[in-house]
Parts: sequence; structure tokens; C-alpha cells
Amino acid sequence: MPRRTMIEAIRDAMDVSMGRDSKVVVFGEDVGFFGGVFRCTQGLQAKYGKSRCFDAPINESGIVGSAIGMAAYGLKPCVEIQFADYMYPAYDQLTQEAARLRYRSNGDFTCPIVVRMPTGGGIFGGQTHSQSPEALFTHVSGLKTVVPSNPHDAKGLLIAAIEDPDPVIFLEPKRLYNGPFDGHHDRPVTPWSKHELGEVADGHYTVPLGKAAIRRAGSAITVLAYGTMVYVAQAAVEETGIDAEIIDLRTLLPLDLDTIVASVKKTGRCVIVHEATLTSGFGAELSALVQENCFYHLEAPVARVAGWDTPYPHAQEWDYFPGPARVGRALLETMGA
Amino acid sequence: MADAGMLRFHVPEPEVRPGGTPDFSNVPIPKAGSVPRPEIDVDPRTIRDHAFSIIRVLNRNGEAVGPWAGLLSSDELLAGLRHMMTLRTFDARMQMAQRQGKTSFYMQHLGEEAVACAFRKALEPGDMNFPTYRQAGLLIADGYPMVTMMNQIYSNEADPLKGRQLPIMYSSKEHGFFSISGNLATQYIQAVGWAMASAISNDSKIAAAWIGDGSTAESDFHSALVFASTYKAPVVLNVVNNQWAISTFQGIARGGSGTFAARGLGFGIPSLRVDGNDYLAVHAVAKWAAERARSNLGPTLVEYVTYRAGAHSSSDDPSAYRPKTESDAWPLGDPIVRLKNHLIGLGVWSDERHAQAEAEILDTVIAAQKEAESHGTLHAGGKPSTRDMFEGLYAEMPPHLRRQRQQAGV
Repeated sequence: MPRRTMIEAIRDAMDVSMGRDSKVVVFGEDVGFFGGVFRCTQGLQAKYGKSRCFDAPINESGIVGSAIGMAAYGLKPCVEIQFADYMYPAYDQLTQEAARLRYRSNGDFTCPIVVRMPTGGGIFGGQTHSQSPEALFTHVSGLKTVVPSNPHDAKGLLIAAIEDPDPVIFLEPKRLYNGPFDGHHDRPVTPWSKHELGEVADGHYTVPLGKAAIRRAGSAITVLAYGTMVYVAQAAVEETGIDAEIIDLRTLLPLDLDTIVASVKKTGRCVIVHEATLTSGFGAELSALVQENCFYHLEAPVARVAGWDTPYPHAQEWDYFPGPARVGRALLETMGA
Repeated sequence: MADAGMLRFHVPEPEVRPGGTPDFSNVPIPKAGSVPRPEIDVDPRTIRDHAFSIIRVLNRNGEAVGPWAGLLSSDELLAGLRHMMTLRTFDARMQMAQRQGKTSFYMQHLGEEAVACAFRKALEPGDMNFPTYRQAGLLIADGYPMVTMMNQIYSNEADPLKGRQLPIMYSSKEHGFFSISGNLATQYIQAVGWAMASAISNDSKIAAAWIGDGSTAESDFHSALVFASTYKAPVVLNVVNNQWAISTFQGIARGGSGTFAARGLGFGIPSLRVDGNDYLAVHAVAKWAAERARSNLGPTLVEYVTYRAGAHSSSDDPSAYRPKTESDAWPLGDPIVRLKNHLIGLGVWSDERHAQAEAEILDTVIAAQKEAESHGTLHAGGKPSTRDMFEGLYAEMPPHLRRQRQQAGV
């Protein structure tokens, strides 16, 4: 099976979707001729023409707002916001328009759009190229929020998102674009070409939205993670030697609560890990759900490891990033060690 | 460097406030028929004056004059008059229904009826409007059932939107009327996106964007102009300048640009101002702009100069911020009276027939209201189910919503 980076897998998902459905259009800042600053759309304009893949003005509310109009017409726009940190001007269009169009018009108009955006830190991007705003989307009724952690899933989830009849926020952990980064920034990263999840089948396949994946089966403790934190959690588990079950959520909304609950009821312990800031982060929702659904099975308080509640710093990146050491400590504490 | 003293902060003010005498002498009103009608493929740089003048067809004597006249037959004009009269009567009844507690909220069109009613007739089936909350004339003029509008206003059991939306936030794809958000200006860029999609699909349909003078200050207005200009989208960009954004006079949004139409010039978009109380002028300019869009010539910006004679909404009291008699002083008159006089001048209408039509329309509206009220009003009779509150957010209800619906006991 061919191996692809996450960038190549995402590009392939759009390529496959555009090839199968002439209603799929791709646009955003720098995505046309150049193929995007991360090259996720490279070659699509040459292959499908300027009507199907084109450059947009630097105007995120314009990109999302026009995509909503296109979706109302009957197209299926898959747009790129260059960094998730740039999405705020589009937040009104996403939350009050895209999210509610089906509901407020009782299905008279719908909004099948995908809004892709590179998310997360680990690239020395500072405050404006490192944010993880997923909780700002999961808090909004009417959106779906997806965070893939590997090339295989990225392709299947993106095709599923494009085919979904409702608006999907597709957050691409940019630190994973070229390999499964585990938080050890001082060590070389294994490229996807040497990782089994870099195996990406040609052609069409989907990974269903709303289904988590168990990345490591275990019996001692459940780790809930998504995106880059899946690999940080794996590193922490290996380093502590704890027999943890690592769940890669893949889709935050709809959430695969059944998989979470089954695991925590089995292990009795739970650590939640995300890059985004702690307070009101998605971990708070996960923690509440675990408590509500698994309280009598819990042997220890649910722990959260997250970004500190500060803006994402530049020079202090590795003090900020919740790396394997912090996750490992939380695992040990939750185990009562 | 003259006058290098202290900096002074500038806040524009309207000419007159409550207690003062209304004065529109600073609003220049060109003579009807005086503004040229360019070819649709005109170079926008050669018609910059159109963004500062006012295209008018009906003169003081009720005659249709000049190069923008002559597009509509008497029958079409009689139908237009009936649409405007229907909208005004509909508004009066629904405004009263709100005061009677049959709904929570209402927004009327008093004085602005010509804008949407005439514009609608310049479009073709399949074209799409992205309206604000003051374009119900688009629905009335397209034959959308009044009962359905009232069902929505009453949020009753027959409300096509299942009680989810504020009154008057209609939606009808079938009638080329995009779901009204209630959020301001967001629809403007969406209209451009819809038009881009039509062009991408090599379709023949065009879009119409709608916004008020106040909301042109929103960034989505500027987004729309950038995208429309860049991609030459087949869209008519309408700005309804009714002078007032709730209590804020249009000078706060307009700033130093002179007119709202002038905003289009920097984008290379042909930009025209039209007498919004002149049914014939509105229709003629709309037709010109629609033809441009359909001929791959791109967007047109049209500013309709009109006056919001009523309150902003049922929650607003304009006497707190403008003279009560200001609407009487408005120099462009009343759109219904002007079209009525024109039709009388043509010999196809009379005061008697007008009075008779008013009575017939009132009967029709009251009959529709009775039918709608048989399906309930906001606080009485049939209403949408609580279950409807959970439905229709996603194509397929996700598990967490299903759990919440169970918790709600529905």
C-alpha cells in the first residue's frame, strides 16, 4: 500500500472528492496556483481548473461567507483557512450562519461545507500560528469538529467530511503533517513513510465521523487524546510502563461516547490530554462526561493535561507544550504512584 | 500647516432632532429623467456621476420621463401597485397583531414598499435573493402565500420554520428568498458566493444581495465587494438607504464617502443611486443591473434612496430620535401615492378604483389572517412541538442531542 504524508493524504482526499463530484470546489488563501502554504492543494488547480480550485482574497469571513452561499446554491465547498489562528474573522459566519442554516430554514437551505485549518503548536509559530481552537467549535450547536491524527485517517475523515451534508470543521494538527511527533522536540521524528498509519490506500474510502479509534489497548488507565497528543500520550505510556488504553477521539463532535465509557468502566481511571488551554477546554467536557457516565467505576479523579492558560508563547514553546513528561506525571499520579 | 492646534474629535450629527423642523434641503433631488441610461457594458469609470446622482422616472406630475422609462406595461404597473398596497396592509395588520400579543415582534416596510416589490419583477425564476428583514415585498410580489408568512410570524403549528426563527425571518428557496438570519450583513457575502457558484456551474441564474445603510459599515459588506469585484460575480448588490439604522442616522455609517453607492467605485463596480420611492425607477435600474449580471459583466451596486417612515421594529419608538413629521417632509414622497397618480394619469386607474382595491386587499389580508390564526398564534392555539426544537439541526441527529431530547421528555 502506498505511504503518504498527512499533507499528501489530505491532498489525495480532495483530489479523489473533486474527481468524483464536480460540485466539490476548493479555495482559500494561496491554495490555487501555489497549492497552499503547507502544499495541501498542490496540483489541484492544474488538474481541475481555476473554477474548481482558486486563490481567495485575505478575508476569512469572505472565504467562509462565500462558501456558505455556494453551499446554498448546491456546491460542496472545501475551503482552507491558512492557520486556525486566522479563523476568528470567520467565526460569525461559522457559528451564526453555517451552523444554523439548516435549522433556521427547517431544511429549506443546507450548508455542506468543510473548513480545513492547520491547528496546534510545536512549530515555533508563536501566538498566531499555534492555537488549538477546537472547543470554540464544539461549543456551537450545528457544527461537526474533526481532528485527525494520521494520514490514513486524515484522508478517510476528510472525504467523509466533504460528503457530509452539514458543516464540518476539519482541524489538521500541523506538527503531524510530516510525521508522528511525540513531543520529544530534541529527537528526530519518524517520517510517515516509516509508520504503519502512513499507509494510505489509493482511491475512495471513508473513515466515519463520530467513531474513535483505540490506538493502544490496555487495562490500567484510559487516556483520551486527539491530534498530536495521541503520540505524546504513546510516548508517556512507553516511558512510564503503564498499561494504558489510548483512545484517539478523531471526531470531537459527534463524540464517540460509547467507546470512552466502555474503556473507563474497564480501567477505572482516566487522563485527558489536549494542547488547547485548560479552562473551558474540550477536556472539561470530556471530564464531565466521564464523571457522569462512569462515576461508580472511577478509582481516582479524572485528570487533565493541557496547554497552560496563557497565550501560546514563542521562546517558551517547550515549557508550554504538554509534552510526554507532563502526561507521564499525570498518568503516575492517577495510578496513585 | 494651517491650524496645528489641538486635535478635535468629529462625530457626525443629523440636521434635526426631535423638536426641530424637518429639513431635507441638503438632499439634492435631480429632475426625473435627467440621469442618462448607459449601455450595460459601460466602463464603470465613465459613469462615476451615477453614484452621486439619483435616477428618477416619475416626475412631480406623475409622468414617466427620460431614458429609464417605458419598460413596464400598464398591467404590470397595476400589479406592482397592488403588491405595494398588499404589503402595506399586511404590515398594518401584523403590526396590530403584535400589539395584541399574538406575536413577539414585527418589522414593517412603511414608505419602502417600492424597493423590494419592483426589484422582484426584474428577476427571473431561479434567481436568488439574500434579503434583510425589510424585503418581504420580494415574497408578496412573487406570490408567496400570505397565510404562510403569517404562520411564520405567529410561530404556530403551520409555521414552515417550526417556531425556530423570530417573526418575519422567512425562508423560501422556491421563491428565490434565502433564509433571513437576523444577523446583519452576513448574507451580503453569501449572495456573492451563491453568484460565484452559479458562474462556476456555468448556470444562467444570478443573485441579489440586500443590506441597509447602517450595515454597510460591517466588514462583510466590504468582503462582498472584494469578492464580487475580484471574481466578477453575477450579483446585484443592493443597498437600501432608508436614512435610519434604528436611531442612528445614515451619516454614521456613510462617513465621508458622500453616498453609499460611492463605496462601489473603489472596487471598479458600476454604482448607481436610484429613487427608492419610484417603482418605475427601481424596476428599471434593477433590470439594468440584472442584465449586466446575466451577461457576464459582473456585479452592480445599487443604492435605493428611500425613507423608513415607520419604526425600525415593533420594539422601537422613532419619536425619541427624529422629528415626528420628518417622514412627511421626505422629498421623494410616498411610493404608493406616486405610482397611483401615475396610473391615474395614464387613464387606467382612479381614486374610486384605488379605494375599492384597498377594501379588497384588506378583506384578503383579513381572510389570510383568520386562516393563519386558526393554526394558532404565539401564545394561543396550535404551536410547534417541543420535539421540533431538537429536530433538523443536523441531517442526522447525533447521539448527544438524542440523549438531551430524551431528558427533555419528548
